[in-house]
Amino acid sequence: MAPGARPFRMLPARLLPLLRTPLRLLPRLASSTPMAGEKPVEASIRSKLQRELEPTHLEVHNESHQHAVPPGAETHFKVVIASSRFAGLPLLQRHRLVNEILQAELAGPVHALSIHAKTPEQWDQNADVSRSPACLGGSKHDPHMAEKLGSQG
Amino acid sequence: MKGSPAQPQCGFSNAVVQILRLHGVADYRAHDVLQDPGLRQGVKNYSNWPTIPQVYLNGEFVGGCDILLQMHQNGDLVEELKKLGIRSALLDAEKDQDKK
Repeated sequence: MAPGARPFRMLPARLLPLLRTPLRLLPRLASSTPMAGEKPVEASIRSKLQRELEPTHLEVHNESHQHAVPPGAETHFKVVIASSRFAGLPLLQRHRLVNEILQAELAGPVHALSIHAKTPEQWDQNADVSRSPACLGGSKHDPHMAEKLGSQG
Repeated sequence: MKGSPAQPQCGFSNAVVQILRLHGVADYRAHDVLQDPGLRQGVKNYSNWPTIPQVYLNGEFVGGCDILLQMHQNGDLVEELKKLGIRSALLDAEKDQDKK
């Protein structure tokens, strides 16, 4: 095929990679490949939580833009997860489980992690999740932020 | 926490301060990790918990801001304070409500 030529004239170039993906892998694409616009840390968080907790509901929000860090940073995250793995676990243990799964990210670039961990039944009863508190500028005064951001440079 | 109860330097730390204030808990020790890098890492190692703020009740690690908020919302915090001999101000607020 000549460079730049498209096998199907009507298909936009950005969708071409999908043609190379075997159909059986497509349903799992979201869990193992970054979503459009998703950056590496977010993708890694999503994929690990997906794999380890097999959630019925998962949201991964990069909230770095709400904090005193440069644009494009991946330092502050909020995750909302509904998983049967949380059944019978008190809140602290649920959070510890998530922390353990994401320990590499937390030892590295992730500076703050807000966790909302429910069982699927709890999620069905109440899908309400509180908003993260407004930043009070802590990262501006934080001598360690430069290191954390440096790893994303 | 980051900053002090009078002047929190982090929204999550501030949320903890505000929740405690709602319950009328004023007599607690707060330590500013931004002033003390040794404490900052030390407390994370001690509790095996990666983030700040960290809440301890009677020397026992309870969790971070999310957990405290959920305990506040579901009534568990009132119970935990009761175990420490602290009567939550919210109970009195409820009583006033009932009298009206």
